[in-house]
Amino acid sequence: MTQSTQNKVDSKQDLINYLVRLGDDSIVLGHRVSEWVSNGPFLEEDIALGNVALDYIGRARLFYGHAATLSEDGKTEDDFAFLRDEREFENYLINELPRGDFAYTIVRQLLVDLYNKHHLQALKSSTDETLVAIAEKASKETSYHCRRSTSWALRLGDGTQESKRRMQLAVDDIWGYSHELFEVDALEQRLIDAGIAVDCEQLKQQWLADVEEVFEEAGLTIPEATWAVRGGRKGYHTEHLGHLLTQMQFVHRSFPGATW
Amino acid sequence: MSDHTKLEVEHELEIAFQAKIDDEQKVEPKDWMPEGYRKNLIRQMSQHAHSEVIGMQPEGNWITRAPSLRRKAVLLAKVQDEAGHGLYLYSATETLGISRSQMIEALQTGTAKYASIFNYPTQTWGDMGAIGWLVDGAAICNQVSLQRTSYGPYARGMIRICKEESFHQRQGYQIMIELAHGTPAQKKMAQDSLNRFYWPSLMMFGPHDSDSAHSAKSMKWKIKRETNDDLRQKFIDQTVSQIEYLGLEHPDKALVWNEERNHYDSSDLDWDEFYSVINGNGHCNRQRIQHHIKAHEEGAWVREAMAAYKQKKQLKNATNAA
Ligand SMILES: [Fe+2]
Ligand SMILES: [Fe+2]
Ligand SMILES: [Fe+2]
Repeated sequence: MTQSTQNKVDSKQDLINYLVRLGDDSIVLGHRVSEWVSNGPFLEEDIALGNVALDYIGRARLFYGHAATLSEDGKTEDDFAFLRDEREFENYLINELPRGDFAYTIVRQLLVDLYNKHHLQALKSSTDETLVAIAEKASKETSYHCRRSTSWALRLGDGTQESKRRMQLAVDDIWGYSHELFEVDALEQRLIDAGIAVDCEQLKQQWLADVEEVFEEAGLTIPEATWAVRGGRKGYHTEHLGHLLTQMQFVHRSFPGATW
Repeated sequence: MSDHTKLEVEHELEIAFQAKIDDEQKVEPKDWMPEGYRKNLIRQMSQHAHSEVIGMQPEGNWITRAPSLRRKAVLLAKVQDEAGHGLYLYSATETLGISRSQMIEALQTGTAKYASIFNYPTQTWGDMGAIGWLVDGAAICNQVSLQRTSYGPYARGMIRICKEESFHQRQGYQIMIELAHGTPAQKKMAQDSLNRFYWPSLMMFGPHDSDSAHSAKSMKWKIKRETNDDLRQKFIDQTVSQIEYLGLEHPDKALVWNEERNHYDSSDLDWDEFYSVINGNGHCNRQRIQHHIKAHEEGAWVREAMAAYKQKKQLKNATNAA
């Protein structure tokens, strides 16, 4: 193999790995949000949360599907979702945290939705055409998600004392998982250099400004605490992910080779 | 007005009402209707709404375990549709002068019922197929007939809901096809789900006409358009070829074509089991209601916060305007 074909092969594998982690982010969060069905505070919310979950599951299928096509080895979207173990999943930790109470879910969604807003916007400039198409579709969904989580954050932050207390508690518990969203590793750096991936370090200031604006109006404060948990992109997960995958993968794995 | 004339007026209204029904005109929310008609409708429509909502649980039970991403998305969308049906039916019932929170309270205290089929546990992925195919299928038989029900908002609701239900049934049957034509283990799963859900599906049509407490009145008022037994027969007949196509064994060993009736004859249903489950001996009766109450109670602070926020905003707008 010549040096240049070797480079091509490596960068294709890089792109596949990148797509798979984006798929992991989406499927894991989609799973969490889907847990709300029949558990929402009222029926309209069951429907709305179901919508959000469907968007994320749909997004996972697009990322995995693109990865499967590039793989050219007969792999399918389901192979990525159902046949990989916890150590191989590379989603950000924030997505795998349990669904918690409604405040916890709204705070997580707010942080992630606002992140996605900028992330998808940047992804639209990727040199990979399929990624651009996915980003176009997903960012339409995400603008709805952002409106939703922002208006909930305002209502709950500025609702009753109890709702405010729960919201701030959630912020304090989740904030430390937000830092790794803006850290780039070697794989992503190579793809950034190739014009394919998003440089998420560049998103932090805009994201922070958005969050501060919502928090200000909602009466919520960003914690001063400096703890930060990292590791999602290295497969170094909280204990929650293993249980999520156990549940998600169990039927699929019990019938090897079956179609559904 | 003396009591005597009041009774006479009432009587005349009732005659005019029945004439309108007989003439196939729809009753609308603002029209005069007998109290019995209103009550009967509230009972049936709220029960229908509750069934959509409680029905989210047995299927919601498998969203996180669906065996492929496509099936996961389809199931999630289906359960979401059912929530939409519940919402739509609650609104239609509210036109009769009862609030959604009153209906929810009646459900949670057990004075209102929901379809007993949802007291059966969903144990395997095959049950998602069997429920879509058989349970939504039985619901469609019922609801197609209700498209001609005499109360306008209910009839219109059924037309809208039926479209989605046929979609659900096809998706359920699709799951069954994949299983029945799949590996031996999958086929076994399909047969097991069929065996467990076939009989309770037949019972969804309610007791025999001769034992049905509300049937006669409901037929006269055209709230119901076809009897329990007629609808059940229709469902039994249409299901036979569907089971054949799957290559599964029919759970009813006594099933035989009756040339004279032009229908299938079938086994008597186990009504003791039916009433036993209705009366609280199903696997999931208490679980379903407790689940509903738990979600409702855990959501109380959210609903309170929403109301408080709305009030604050209104106050602010009023002060700004002043
Ligand atoms: Fe239904
Ligand atoms: Fe429905
Ligand atoms: Fe349905």
